[in-house]
Amino acid sequence: MTTYADYATGTPVTDTKAPAGPIHERWDKRRFEAKLVNPANRRKHTVIVVGTGLAGGSAGATLAEQGYRVVQFCYQDSPRRAHSIAAQGGINAAKNYRNDGDSIHRLFYDTVKGGDFRARESNVHRLAQISVEIIDQCVAQGVPFAREYGGLLDTRSFGGVQVSRTFYARGQTGQQLLLGAYQALSRQIAAGNVEMHPRTEMLDLIVVDGRARGIVARDLITGKIDTYFADAVVLASGGYGNVFYLSTNAMNSNATAVWRAHRRGAYFANPCFTQIHPTCIPRTGDHQSKLTLMSESLRNDGRIWVPKAQGDTRPPNEIPEDERDYYLERIYPSFGNLVPRDIASRAAKNVCDEGRGVGPGGQGVYLDFADAIRRMGRKAVEARYGNLFDMYQRITDEDPYEVPMRIYPAVHYTMGGLWVDYDLQTTIPGLFAIGEANFSDHGANRLGASALMQGLADGYFVLPATINDYLARNPHQDPVTDAHPVVQEVLAETEDRINLLLAVDGDRTPDSFHRELGELMWEFCGMARSDTGLRKALERIPQIREEFWRRIKVPGSGEEFNQSLEKANRIVDYLELAELMCLDALHRTESCGGHFREESQTPDGEAARKDDAFSYAAAWEFTGTGEAPVLHREDLVFEYVHPTQRSYA
Amino acid sequence: MKLTLRVWRQKNADAEGAMSTYEVDDISPDMSFLEMLDVLNEQLILAGEEPVAFDHDCREGICGACSLVINGDAHGPERTTTCQLHMRSFRDGDTIDIEPWRASAFPVIKDLVVDRSAFDRIIQAGGYITAPTGSAPEAHATPVPKADADFAFEHAECIGCGACVAACPNGAAMLFTSAKVNHLNVLPQGAPERETRVLDMVARMDAEGFGGCTLTGECATACPKGIPLMSITSMNKEWLRATRKAGKR
Repeated sequence: MTTYADYATGTPVTDTKAPAGPIHERWDKRRFEAKLVNPANRRKHTVIVVGTGLAGGSAGATLAEQGYRVVQFCYQDSPRRAHSIAAQGGINAAKNYRNDGDSIHRLFYDTVKGGDFRARESNVHRLAQISVEIIDQCVAQGVPFAREYGGLLDTRSFGGVQVSRTFYARGQTGQQLLLGAYQALSRQIAAGNVEMHPRTEMLDLIVVDGRARGIVARDLITGKIDTYFADAVVLASGGYGNVFYLSTNAMNSNATAVWRAHRRGAYFANPCFTQIHPTCIPRTGDHQSKLTLMSESLRNDGRIWVPKAQGDTRPPNEIPEDERDYYLERIYPSFGNLVPRDIASRAAKNVCDEGRGVGPGGQGVYLDFADAIRRMGRKAVEARYGNLFDMYQRITDEDPYEVPMRIYPAVHYTMGGLWVDYDLQTTIPGLFAIGEANFSDHGANRLGASALMQGLADGYFVLPATINDYLARNPHQDPVTDAHPVVQEVLAETEDRINLLLAVDGDRTPDSFHRELGELMWEFCGMARSDTGLRKALERIPQIREEFWRRIKVPGSGEEFNQSLEKANRIVDYLELAELMCLDALHRTESCGGHFREESQTPDGEAARKDDAFSYAAAWEFTGTGEAPVLHREDLVFEYVHPTQRSYA
Repeated sequence: MKLTLRVWRQKNADAEGAMSTYEVDDISPDMSFLEMLDVLNEQLILAGEEPVAFDHDCREGICGACSLVINGDAHGPERTTTCQLHMRSFRDGDTIDIEPWRASAFPVIKDLVVDRSAFDRIIQAGGYITAPTGSAPEAHATPVPKADADFAFEHAECIGCGACVAACPNGAAMLFTSAKVNHLNVLPQGAPERETRVLDMVARMDAEGFGGCTLTGECATACPKGIPLMSITSMNKEWLRATRKAGKR
C-alpha cells in the first residue's frame, strides 16, 4: 500500500520566465518584453482580486487606475481590516538616506542570505529595486511615516541587518501602509472601477480550458453561494499560519483560497517554511485564542536574557547582573540581539528546554529595557515603543518600564505558498498569487520589515506590469456562464461540502478540532522537526480528518450569517494543508531558515544546510485528498550571492 | 470567576431582538473579553444552541473589527478595544450586559454584528490623496515639519471601529470623519484636495444618516485610540474655510 509519504517526483520546473542577463537589468527587460494592453481595451477585461491586504489592496487600486474592471473580495466587513494592518515594525527600502553603506545590492544580498539561500535571486533583486519606489508612493499617498526635526524621513535598523533602512510609523507601520492602499482602493470604488464585495469569502476556483476564469464565493451575511467570472484571477489572501491554531495571524485569516487553488492544479511551494517570531507575549492558559506579537524593533534597545541557573524563580530584579545570561549577545557577539528571527527563536527554545525559561510553565525569556531607560531616559523609550509597552501591560498586567517583558516565539508568517514564476503567475494560466499567498521572495526565512515591502511591491508594481502581458496574449477568451458544465460541477461540490458540514451534527465543535490540529503541528512541525515526529503527525492527521467528518457539529443553517460554518469550512482545508506541510518538512532532510531538522545540525547546534541535495524550491502537485502528491523541483541558481553557511556570530 | 451574561440576540436584520441570559463559569482573569465569549459559544454549540455572533479578527486592538457595548460603554470599562479588555476588569459574580453598537447608521446584521459600511462610503467620498501608482515624486522632495507629521499620525491612528458613533447620544460620526480629514489636510501632499475633501466627506456623513454633533465629547472618551475631541474643532475650521472659499468662487 502506498501512503501519503510515498510521493512521486515529477518533471522539474525549468522555466521561471525570469529573463537572462545581468541581474539589475532583468526587471527592465521583462517589463519591456511584456506585451501591453491598449488603454481603450482594458475596460473590456475583468480581473478578480481576492483579499484587500497590502498586496490585494494595492493591486486592486493600481489595476483599476490602469483601466481594468476589478472585482474584489474580502471576508472582513471592510477592506480596511485585512491583517496587514497588524504589522508593527516597518518597511525596508534601499534608499540609503543614512549614508551608511546601504544599496539595492545590499538589500538584495541581505534578503537572499537572510532567506538562507532558498529564494530565487531574480525575484529578490527586483524586490530590492522596487523598494525605493514604494516609499515614494506611500509618502505621496499621505502615509505619516516617522520624521526627523528637519522634516525628512526617519529610519531604524531591524533584525538581521547592519544598516538603518527600515521606515516606520511608530509601531503601526502596517496600519498606515494598509490605510494608504485602502484609501487608493476607496477612490477607485467611488469611481466605479472596482466592484467591492466585503464579507464575501472565496470557496473555490473556476478553471475552464486550463485557465483561471472565476471563483465561487459565499456571501457571509446571506449565505448565498455565487459565481464570479473574469479574464484573470489574483489571489492575495495571505498566509496559512493559522494551521497552528495559535499564531499571531488574525482569527479569521485562512488558507481556503490558496488551498482550493492548489486542489485545482496550482503547485504549492515550500509549505514547511514557516516563520516563528521570537518576540511574542507568552501564552497564559488553555483558553488562549491567539498570540500577540511585539514588534522585533524592541530588540534594537531591549536585551534578551535568562537566569544562568536552572529553575531560578527569583523575580528578575533580584537576579544580579553576573547571574544573568544574555545568551544572544554571548553566542552571536557581532549581531547580538539583532540576529534573524529563526536564530533568535531557536535560541529561546533552547534555553527554555534547558530549564532556564521564565514565567508560567518556564516558556519565556526576558526582554529587558532597564539599560535603554538608563541610557536614553524613559521619555525616549516611551516615544519609540510607548504603544508596544502599553499593549504589553494591557495583556499581561505587568509594567515593562519596571519589570522586564517576557517573550516567547510564536508562529507568525509563512514563507511557503502558491508557486509562482517571475510574473507571479501560478501553474494555472491566468491565476496569479501575490503577497504572503505566494512563496516567492523570502526563501526559508523572512527578514523583519520585508513582508510589507513584498506585499506592496507585488501589488503596486510587479503584478500590474506582468498581468498586462497575460491579458494581451489572451485578448479574447470565450465568455463563461453558470451554464458551463465545469461551473456547475464546482458549484455543486461547494454546496455539497457546506451541506455535509451542516448534516454531520456530531458532538465536537469546530474549535476543538482546530486546536487539536494546531497542537499537533506546533509539537511536530514547529520550531524543531524530526523524522520520527513528522511521521507521527502524518499518521495522526488523516485520523483527525476522519474524526472531523464523523463528529463535527455546526449549528444553524447555510442560508444565514453563520460563523461556526465559516470556521468549520476553513478547518477542512487546514486538515489537508497540514499534511502537505509535514510531508514537505519530512522530505527536506536539511535545516534551513525557519525549517530546523534535528538530524541536520552542526556540532554546536546551529542549522546545517545541505546545498548539494536541497538547493531547490519544492513545488507540490495535488493528486487527491490524502493521496501522495507529486514533487516538482525548481533548482535555485546563485550567480550573485554565493551560498555560505549563514554566520551571525 | 462565575459570571452572568445578558446578551443581545437578534436572528437577522429584520427580526426583533431581545436580551438573553447565560451563565459562564471557570473564567480566568487573564482571559480577554472575547475569549470569555469563546467559552460561552463552545458551551452553546455543545448544548445545541446557536453561538453568539460577534465581529472580531486581529484580537490585538488594531483591525477595528470588534465592537461591543459592555455595560452601556462602547468597548467596556477600559479605554481600549473589546479584544484588549481582560476579565481582570470584572469581578466574580458580576452580571455583564453585552449589546451591539446602537446607531441608526449601523443596522444590526445578527446578534452583536452591525453593518459599518457607511464608514467606507465616507472614505470613498474623499478620504484619500489622489496619487496614482508610479506618479510619486522622490519621498524627500517634500519635507514635512515634524509637528505636522505628528499631528497627521495622531489622527491617522483611527481604526474605524465605530465606538465614537456608538458612544454618541446623537449617533454622530464627527470624530471618525474629522480624524481622516485632519490626517490628510495637514500634509502638503493633501493640500490640493483640501477643500473638496472636507466638503464631500461631511456631505456623505450627513447623507448616511449619522446624527449631528453637539460636542458632548462622549466619542473622544470612548475612542480606544485616543483621537482627541479637538479633532472635531479642527475639522469644523477646515469646513468653514472650504465653504467660504467655495462661496468666493
